Amino acid sequence: MAKKPTYFDEMFGHGTDARAPYADYCDWFLNEDTRRLLAKSEEAEALFRLIGVTFNVYGDPDATERLIPFDLVPRIIAAREWAKVAKGIEQRVRAINAFLHDIYHRQEIVRAGRLPAEMIARNDAFLPEMIGVTPPGDIYTHIVGTDLVRTGDDEFFVLEDNARTPSGVSYMLENRETMLHMFPELFSKIKVQSVNQYPRSLRKSLSGCAPDACSGRPTLAVLTPGIHNSAYYEHAFLADQMSAELVEGHDLRVVDGRVAMRTTRGYKPIDVLYRRVDDEYLDPLNFNPDSMLGVPGIMDVYRAGGITIANAPGTGIADDKAIYSYMPDIVEFYTGEKAILKNVPTHRCSEPEALKYVLDNLADLVVKEVHGSGGYGMLVGPAASKKEIADFRTKLEATPDNYIAQPTLALSTVPILTDAGLAPRHVDLRPFVLVSPDRIDITPGGLTRVALTEGSLVVNSSQGGGTKDTWILEE
Amino acid sequence: MLGKTAGGLFWMFRYLERAENTARMIDAGLRISLTRSSAAESEWTSILSSTGLSAAYKAAHGAPDGPKVIDFLLRDPNNPGSILTGIEAARMNARVVRTALTREVWEAVNECYMVLKRLLAQQIEDRDLPRVLQVIRQRSAFVRGALHGTMVRNDIFNFARIGTFYERADNTARILDQKYYILLPSVRLVGSPSDNVQWDTILRATSTTRAYQTLHDGDVDPKAIAQFLILDGRLPRSLAFCYSKIGDNLGYLEKEYGAHQPSHALVDSVCAKFKAHDMNAIFDYGLHEFITDFLRDSAALGRQIEIDYRFSE
Amino acid sequence: MRLKVLHKTHYTYDAPVPYGLQQVRLRPKSRPGQLVEDWQIDVVGGQVEVSFEDEHANSVDLVSFAPGQTEIEITCSGTVDVEDNSGIVGHQGGYVPLWLFRRSTALTKAGPRIRALVNDAPTEGSDLDRLHALSAQILAAVPYSTDQAASDLSAEDVMDAAHGVCQDHAHVFITAARALGYPARYVSGYLMMDDRVDQDASHAWAEAHVENLGWVGFDISNGISPDARYVRVATGLDYRDAAPISGLRYGNAGEDMSVTLQVQQQ
Repeated sequence: MAKKPTYFDEMFGHGTDARAPYADYCDWFLNEDTRRLLAKSEEAEALFRLIGVTFNVYGDPDATERLIPFDLVPRIIAAREWAKVAKGIEQRVRAINAFLHDIYHRQEIVRAGRLPAEMIARNDAFLPEMIGVTPPGDIYTHIVGTDLVRTGDDEFFVLEDNARTPSGVSYMLENRETMLHMFPELFSKIKVQSVNQYPRSLRKSLSGCAPDACSGRPTLAVLTPGIHNSAYYEHAFLADQMSAELVEGHDLRVVDGRVAMRTTRGYKPIDVLYRRVDDEYLDPLNFNPDSMLGVPGIMDVYRAGGITIANAPGTGIADDKAIYSYMPDIVEFYTGEKAILKNVPTHRCSEPEALKYVLDNLADLVVKEVHGSGGYGMLVGPAASKKEIADFRTKLEATPDNYIAQPTLALSTVPILTDAGLAPRHVDLRPFVLVSPDRIDITPGGLTRVALTEGSLVVNSSQGGGTKDTWILEE
Repeated sequence: MLGKTAGGLFWMFRYLERAENTARMIDAGLRISLTRSSAAESEWTSILSSTGLSAAYKAAHGAPDGPKVIDFLLRDPNNPGSILTGIEAARMNARVVRTALTREVWEAVNECYMVLKRLLAQQIEDRDLPRVLQVIRQRSAFVRGALHGTMVRNDIFNFARIGTFYERADNTARILDQKYYILLPSVRLVGSPSDNVQWDTILRATSTTRAYQTLHDGDVDPKAIAQFLILDGRLPRSLAFCYSKIGDNLGYLEKEYGAHQPSHALVDSVCAKFKAHDMNAIFDYGLHEFITDFLRDSAALGRQIEIDYRFSE
Repeated sequence: MRLKVLHKTHYTYDAPVPYGLQQVRLRPKSRPGQLVEDWQIDVVGGQVEVSFEDEHANSVDLVSFAPGQTEIEITCSGTVDVEDNSGIVGHQGGYVPLWLFRRSTALTKAGPRIRALVNDAPTEGSDLDRLHALSAQILAAVPYSTDQAASDLSAEDVMDAAHGVCQDHAHVFITAARALGYPARYVSGYLMMDDRVDQDASHAWAEAHVENLGWVGFDISNGISPDARYVRVATGLDYRDAAPISGLRYGNAGEDMSVTLQVQQQ
């Protein structure tokens, strides 16, 4: 049924027999006609198009709306495997919130010598406007997407902590809906933990962080940059599912000390704003004055306690790639425990010895720019040409402080359905975490992104990535 | 509800209604050009005028020519009044107000857009035109069907309906504005040959031929046509019908919001005119003047609704 | 010294302003050496939406324009008791780490002219001596003149213009002091000039952080450290952080501003 993979395959391990979590699925699959499944694949695509689960490409008015390809072979994880991952994520997210509070207050971690002050001082994601601000419920990052990769049976690594505005949760939910729609029989055979409570949990979680100014049932709204944003579908979807208004900057203004939305009956104050607009564009009065997407004065109202902004401005400092390398220390400093989830070993090019190592091993490493949230100014050594490596070397030597380097990981594979049957492809996983004052809620599973090109390690949707439904089995 | 959402619903349904109306007018123009080619050019001119697109067409193509006008009205991406751009605008508004729509309504609009975009990707040949026009009407009807079948009767529904009736009345009035002279009593008095084709075109452009015949025993009479399109409360495209529906929907909003707005008074005064006038009185006042007054009131109403319900700041 | 302040800022617009906000940093705070006995802000043509403390512990009032306004007036009045502490303000309080005051901003980015100035600065003597020398050096290079082309010049541009007002002097000083390794910040406030009650404008100076002493003020334009005639109102990395009034408004209306300011001893 499949060749023996060189990478850890989540369906077959390093052998040819299905691993335990996949046993029931494989039984089912063996009795299925591949042609029927391929037809189902097309059915799924037509469904996504009709629902409008599409994304636009910025700056190209003629570009057709694109679909992120969906592969209908689920990724399956046993309850026991998941429990450990979930525990690790919870620990990490707790630490990140404590870190954010500390960084915007006394910076004990810097005083204790566990994190160099320059890591904060030279970081654009550190927002001075947040100094001394304690958000309602003391929560800075309410919604987190922790990117994980797997390399073996029990080997998970955190690749990135998305603590600003992680996206993709609508795909997690639509993927499950689609699978339920197409293969109801599978779900009666295999017990999968549900994900559809996410919007309710999100609503509850955000409501739990309402500001003091809120009286009665909190009014929530989702702030979107607008219909041309690539994640607009998700913004509309979440607003709809939470029964919150979907607002744009021009729907809002400061009225009577609150941020209020213009309704058919006048201005109505918002208690909690789930914003999907970046810090820089959030408030033209306080940040980028040219922003048309934000709300002038929202930071003032925020600092006066009149609104909750989720995630809080300035959370980007916690998911910066330079800070990432300190995450094991950060977890230990704030929780008093060793980090459960591993970090990918990271070489900080700001350190001379590390830089030397990186320069000597460029062809084997992934080099990433710090102060960014991914994808740009990156070198994937094993996939790069000699010239690309040489060019990058020049950049790296000029400004080593701007870079970190990591080994290329042997990402696990999960089979996808191709015309020729099952074929292994590399995957990562983004679980979605909700933080409220009384609990941390992790939806079982998350979004599995899959590199559809054979051998590729790049799962980004802009570069040929697709998605899969992710199943966490019941105990 | 957000003011922007109310505006988006209003415009979404205006665009849908407008696209459907444009399809009807193309149908009427096509009919004339097939049956009386000598009258075709003036008919296309009149259609361009009723859609308010004469200047835009002239700038792009010069003199009205059947195939060019059809293509311009159907699918010209540079024509803001073409059916394709209208459907695109309707869908864009639907995306803006997506959280206010049921999944069925959204899917009907989205599918309408996807089907028409494919259908109108190339110039339509004459023989395919009737089928294409039928698909346009049908897709628009699907949206309306989904709206009626799945939407809660609240302010969201009311703004959708107000947009539909507002656009429809405006459209009927513009057709009348172009054709009023053939409906004047004087036309009959001077004994000119009764211009059945012209009358027929008016009915066809409003898709009311069959309804008219049923209600008038097939007796085609200009005064009766005028009466039918302006005052007849049974015809869903008459001015009186549309305005009574706008009045009803504004009434529901008044009840829900507990506020009587200036736009309500404007609609009441227009409805009162329909009640106070019979066709003879309208002819005495001047049909053209009556329609001109109506279009002015209509424009004022559109502006006032936008202010009353805070579509924008 | 007990100082009575009356400060009116009056804006007129040549067309109604549909919407606008002003961030007002005009509330001095009581602190060692400065006691605010009473202080109030009155707004005509707008309203205070919220009040909060920013990261520099400045009291900020967010004022919105009443819709369709063509005039708005912000009046501050109050009494402040000030001691002469030879410009010494004291240690850094609050949560802002000192390194923040080493950051350059758009207005305080050192270029070749500032670097040349720094190269000429004395390297001998105590921190205070060196900073006073820097202050004098700046006043010599950039003599005081109200004949300024623009109000929002960067320190480098000020050096280029070779004359400036208190704001410009403060920017040059801050930029140069940071280049010399001192954390430095901008201060906006009031100064009672001895020979008059009506002042032309509110005043600005700078503070540098000196080991063991903490923050020390330098009024470059007047060549002294602030004394009992100076009311500290707001601080920040540069003018933009500490501006008495900064705002944003919709529409295309042209703006005209007039200020009347009285500072007198009681």
